[in-house]
Amino acid sequence: MPAKVIQSDETPFKKIDLDPITLDIIESALKNARYEMDAVLYRTAMSPGIREQHDEFPMIANPDGDMVVGQFGSFMHGFKREYDGTIEEGDLFLTSDPYSCAGAISHANDWLVLRPMYYEGRLIGYASMFGHMSDVGGKTPGSLPTDANQIYEEGVVVPVVKIYKNEELQEDVLNVILHQCRMPHWNRSDFNALIAGVRLAEKRVIELCERFGVDSVITAMDELLDRNRRAMLHLIRESVGEDEKVYFEDYICDDGVGNGPYTMACSMWREGDKLIFDFEKTDPQSVSSINFLLNEEMFKMFVGVYMINIFDPQIMFNDGFYEYIDVRIPPGCMLKPLKPAALSSRTHALARTFDVLGGLLGQRAPDFMVAAGFSDSPHFFYSGYDRKGEWYQLYQIGFGGIPGRPIGDGPDGHSLWPSFTNVPNEFLEAYFPLRIENYETIPDSGGPGLHRGGNGVKISYRALEPGEMSLHDDRWLTYPWGVNGGLPGARSTKILERTDGSKEIMPSKCDHVLVEEGDILHFCTWGGGGWGDPYERDPALLALEVDRGLVTIDGAKRYGVILKDDLSVDEKATEQLREKLRSERKEIPLFDRGGEIEELRERCKDETGLDAPKAPEFKKHVIKMLRERQERVKAQATGS
Amino acid sequence: MAYRLGVDVGGTFTDLLLIDEGNGKTFRAKVPSTPADSSIGVLNGIERVCSDAGVDSSSITHVMHGTTVATNTVLEGKGAKVGLVTTEGYRQVLQIARSFVPGLLAGWIIWPKPEPLAPLELTVEAKERMSARGEIVRELDESDLRKQIEYLNSRGIEALTVSLFNAYTNGVTEERIREISSEIMPDVPVSISSEVLPEMYEYERAITTVANSYIAPKVRLYVANLDSELRKRGIEADLHILRSDGGLTSVEGARNSPVNVLMSGPAGGVAGALWVAKNAGYKNLLTLDMGGTSTDVALIQEGVARRRRETTVGDVTVRASSLDVRTVGAGGGSIAHVPELTKALRVGPQSAGADPGPAAYGKGGDQPTVTDANVVLGFLPESLVGGDMKMDIEAAEKAVQTVADGLGLGLKEAAAGIIDIVNENMFGALRLVSVEQGFDPRDFALIAFGGAGPLHGNALGKLMGSWPVIIPPSPGVLCAYGDATTRLTDEAARSLVRKYSETSDTEVQELMDELTSAARVAIDEAGISENDQTVHYEIDLRYHGQGLVLPIVFSASDFKNGGLAQISKRFDEEHTQLFTFALDVEHEIVTLRAIVQGPETIVEASILDKAGDDPSSALIKKNIVFVDGREQEAGLYDRAKLHAGNKVKGPAVVTEMDSTTVILPGHIGEVDQYGNIIIQPSGA
Repeated sequence: MPAKVIQSDETPFKKIDLDPITLDIIESALKNARYEMDAVLYRTAMSPGIREQHDEFPMIANPDGDMVVGQFGSFMHGFKREYDGTIEEGDLFLTSDPYSCAGAISHANDWLVLRPMYYEGRLIGYASMFGHMSDVGGKTPGSLPTDANQIYEEGVVVPVVKIYKNEELQEDVLNVILHQCRMPHWNRSDFNALIAGVRLAEKRVIELCERFGVDSVITAMDELLDRNRRAMLHLIRESVGEDEKVYFEDYICDDGVGNGPYTMACSMWREGDKLIFDFEKTDPQSVSSINFLLNEEMFKMFVGVYMINIFDPQIMFNDGFYEYIDVRIPPGCMLKPLKPAALSSRTHALARTFDVLGGLLGQRAPDFMVAAGFSDSPHFFYSGYDRKGEWYQLYQIGFGGIPGRPIGDGPDGHSLWPSFTNVPNEFLEAYFPLRIENYETIPDSGGPGLHRGGNGVKISYRALEPGEMSLHDDRWLTYPWGVNGGLPGARSTKILERTDGSKEIMPSKCDHVLVEEGDILHFCTWGGGGWGDPYERDPALLALEVDRGLVTIDGAKRYGVILKDDLSVDEKATEQLREKLRSERKEIPLFDRGGEIEELRERCKDETGLDAPKAPEFKKHVIKMLRERQERVKAQATGS
Repeated sequence: MAYRLGVDVGGTFTDLLLIDEGNGKTFRAKVPSTPADSSIGVLNGIERVCSDAGVDSSSITHVMHGTTVATNTVLEGKGAKVGLVTTEGYRQVLQIARSFVPGLLAGWIIWPKPEPLAPLELTVEAKERMSARGEIVRELDESDLRKQIEYLNSRGIEALTVSLFNAYTNGVTEERIREISSEIMPDVPVSISSEVLPEMYEYERAITTVANSYIAPKVRLYVANLDSELRKRGIEADLHILRSDGGLTSVEGARNSPVNVLMSGPAGGVAGALWVAKNAGYKNLLTLDMGGTSTDVALIQEGVARRRRETTVGDVTVRASSLDVRTVGAGGGSIAHVPELTKALRVGPQSAGADPGPAAYGKGGDQPTVTDANVVLGFLPESLVGGDMKMDIEAAEKAVQTVADGLGLGLKEAAAGIIDIVNENMFGALRLVSVEQGFDPRDFALIAFGGAGPLHGNALGKLMGSWPVIIPPSPGVLCAYGDATTRLTDEAARSLVRKYSETSDTEVQELMDELTSAARVAIDEAGISENDQTVHYEIDLRYHGQGLVLPIVFSASDFKNGGLAQISKRFDEEHTQLFTFALDVEHEIVTLRAIVQGPETIVEASILDKAGDDPSSALIKKNIVFVDGREQEAGLYDRAKLHAGNKVKGPAVVTEMDSTTVILPGHIGEVDQYGNIIIQPSGA
């Protein structure tokens, strides 16, 4: 049964003939409301993931559930389809179950709160916000066990519940949830902060209704969606030719339990005014937790954001254009895993979606062409009991190289995610038994190109107490590819240096790594791919970058640039070397992946010091069985 | 006779205000700014204002000065060549910054990353290490450091910054490096982070200290030149510089911590607004300072402007106290356009600037600006009283017509639209300082000034529900009033980062005393006795585990009576007001600050003659304006001829030399005894 909306006044809204100015004013006001939601949350949340790193996403939707402002698109349609209950004034929903909201959130660490907004008895829209909790219980501190096989191992999973009913907090329910978490006071504070955020959005929208009249506000939301729809239609017609199919694939290197790479593959084509994205050739779901339940609407949003950002960055992104995009993801594939598949370590596939998108759109529209970049949020966890017997627990997101871009170099050690920031190391040292010995970008790790890829980051954590670490990263086997002649960026590495001087190469994904006082983990992320022909890059710029320590003298040779001892350019030698390199290069490839998968696998042990992962085997019959079971459950639910 | 002088140097004009300390009588002058060396403009202005007033310049006892020299140094990228010393492993602290990329999802595709303020090639590492508890983990390798400093010296750095890891807990190594540096290159000034900003967060501390080094030579040279030129002219007055946080500092203070005068300019406007409001009897107000390219807004509560622990200029954000002034790229010169793709009306942030300026200025500009829209609507008269510039109405209409065509609207409707949008942008900024901080704008009056503020003040009052709207006399030179009427201030701070259970009232009291002595030094040096000094404290608190801090202000006697317990109670209350909840979690002290102020300046405002309600003696003529969707007749008044008690009924336009005030239909502007126009809805 789909959700039933209860209103004390069922009068439909009147469509108003709005002047364009009022519309623009309501647009600005809604945009402001969304930034205010962020501000309240950052200031009051407690877990470092939200408060320092800003891992959270707000949204305001109209009464139909279409997102009017926000970033990740609306999940309301899926939510209303799946939720079997009423939506009433004074309700506030909480969920952390990806499977009950069609993947609006994609792992149980993300807590989503949803507030239906009412004005004089009528539903005027929804405000929602979700944020990443540092811990929700489960088998590992931080609740992101790579080797989990089922979602039941990943901590407390909150189905859709009315955590407030008629404005009253269901204290018992909240207590049951918090009781499952290792740091309950963080969760409680973050929960309060999320609620403060949606209440603020509601207040703003109600103020707008008081100022302009409710019919004007609802009409304005529709018009804003319309405006977006028109803009997007124009872009689709302009930038994608009809009937030309383009295909792109990228990979998740491994699943943390010895298998990989997993292929994420997508085809794109246009039929009339509709842009189609088909993930048919994507690999089936994994036995570990690297699966990513990709919400189709969210993917549409990614597409729109990429396209619109170039043309009118002031425009407010919303769901208006959804009808022009069709996303097809086969159930049972790693982007639509079937319950109870584990989901916690979905960060790699979520971010890799952007590389896939860049590779697809880039083939059609050179304006969009960017190299492969820092498409991941690598995680670091460190926990244990300190000398005073107090539990400490850290979850941290790392950063790497932004890819080379049409406008210039990719920044070194920056975030691809909007509003994310790093955690100051002085903060880490003040609150955790750690010493950060080193925090810098890795020379030469950015892919050479006319526009260089950004460098990855090396962060060296020295443990000051015995404890346990978890590492989650990727791109250790496959390369962040370069484009238009640009070369790939460097891959990631992890090295654990013990106090006896021994060094151990750590897998990219591993949990329960025991460390002693004095041990150092060198956590190196990867660089961005290069953009354009590196032999065209200004040699004087390379001389400066060598002086800055961002590129080495040897590294400059990959651009065909020879520097003298005083770091001045050896013009003649540079010309000769570039001549030679150009003649050796057969053609300038659109993509440079640094080798095919089989080649990378063969060279794996020599180059990385790690065994190559086994090609994943998919038990087709299991997936078929799961798919059939899901169909059955759905059929029962709809009563047919 | 003694006089005090307020001087505000803006981008286009230098404003001066001479105040007779005896009777509060004022004289003002406006001279062109001289960007190459702004002290020339200041000195020209002093000559002008003194000769206009018939005052001997040697009878000036205080010169109070708000300057944009630091702001412009950063905006124009013309600061010193700064070398930076970091701890080994942290050389790229400015290159990585906080890894933050502005914009939305995919915003990184179009973000141009700014270059670090201290070039990476001029950043070296010291082999040393301090722990988070302030213990030396690794002694400084001095011989290696000498090599590094010699290297920087050979590269011709003009200033040096030392910002070591964890130096907020213990500055001893930074001090040692400063000593070594001055042995090797005695002429290169050194800023060390443990002095400039002894607070946690390595990037913020480094960028703040580097910014200090970066602007130091320009600020020092400027202040020294001005000081010596004043003396050459026989003016023995004390020169004081306005700080970003609205306090005044001495020449010495500005020399030592130039980073504290980064936003000296905008602070002058807020200080001026405070002075006007105090005279007019308003304690809670929002300020709107609208110029040609941007608008500054701030909130004043109970006669005190909100401060924040951050100052932003262009791409650079540093941790230095400033008045909580928010700037939006919306001004008289903001350009309106209609993007092909979305057909939405956008105004700004691009600006026509001063050159060519709005189309109406007839200096070759053809883009439609906010000023042009005001001309089209009839709010800006063809020629200004006492001004020598004429408005080119035809050019303004032609420019605005392009927007009208893009939107499919009539000319006047499009002009009204441009005004509505720019007002909405300013409304957004006003919300940031009010609503977002938990304040209801309906509890505040709005004071509008700057060249363009009085044109838009009434409309914003309507949007915010903030009444009355106050238009001070000579709104274009209000900053100079601010400069002339603020107090000498200095502060000292220390990062603690202690939970309540890890400290005690006694320990905090000891630290308060220590910081008070440190902050008194500069005020003592200015010759102000301890009796005339006032001290208050600020403690940055949070719940242990949170990232935010809320500053709680208290006095020595507050602390004696209630101690830390009382302070945490106030924190809980403020947290609830701002965020709707408080938590049952231990409190944590982040930073403690002592602020010492000199005595308040008493400057009496001059009083206008009282007359009846009827303003008709000031009426110049009747004009047609387009407002509320139709053409209406509006009176055009000469402000200089208005008397106290006059009531001007909207729609009306009041002009004076440096500004034009609009009173909307349904509103009445009453002139008070200080010459302020107090606008209220009729019948209020």
